[in-house]
Amino acid sequence: MCNSIIQVEVIIPTQTKYLDLIGSIGEHIAKELDDYSGDREALAYHLNLVLTEATVNAIKHADHNDPKDTVRITIHIQENELNIKVYDHGQGFDLESVPLPDFEHPKEGGMGIFFIRTLMDSVTYTRQGDCNVLEIIKYLS
Amino acid sequence: MNLKQEKINGCTVLYIKEERIDAHNSGELKETILHLIEQGEANIIVQLEQVRFIDSSGLGALLSGYKNAAAKSGKLAIANMQQQVLSMFELTRLNRVFEIYADLNEAFDNET
Repeated sequence: MCNSIIQVEVIIPTQTKYLDLIGSIGEHIAKELDDYSGDREALAYHLNLVLTEATVNAIKHADHNDPKDTVRITIHIQENELNIKVYDHGQGFDLESVPLPDFEHPKEGGMGIFFIRTLMDSVTYTRQGDCNVLEIIKYLS
Repeated sequence: MNLKQEKINGCTVLYIKEERIDAHNSGELKETILHLIEQGEANIIVQLEQVRFIDSSGLGALLSGYKNAAAKSGKLAIANMQQQVLSMFELTRLNRVFEIYADLNEAFDNET
């Protein structure tokens, strides 16, 4: 159980050069968690990857007509629940229609959502006001 | 992206001198590999010793190189992967697609 509360909010321009920053935050958080009994190095990589993929997804779906468009990322840990929300201002997409990768005939794209779904416990994508929110939950046991 | 190329035993070894391959630099990696293949260098070993993080776009760039090399009767193999990076290949089953070597010596032993 992790009793301490961690809350992080980052707002970045819709540019991929900030991916390293976002991924690194996830990696650092994993390494600082109190009382986490699992594989800390693996969790660090997985949070780095999931935050990277979710942010790329938001950048891809951003409003490209607006040069001042931003992506907001929040990370909230309370008790044993790690909650990530990534907000974009684009048209959105249908998460349920994203297929599993074809492992027999691998393609270059389409692995990002697969990583998020596989490595985390819950993923939803919903419209909230003028934003879309990709919400990702991981239970830290 | 920081890359180094070297021709060894008829193969082009592409050293990735970055800790991270993600959507910010994977496009450049893909273009570099494609450019090599177009120049007739279709036998490529990508050396990933320094890479400690790869995302889906990085895997996609390597897969693109693999397919383009195969289309020219060449191949693209991978050497010196760190464990966490290898686990991404395993998760996506791409370890069944690529020839993966512990190091360059093992790669060349298998070439000859």
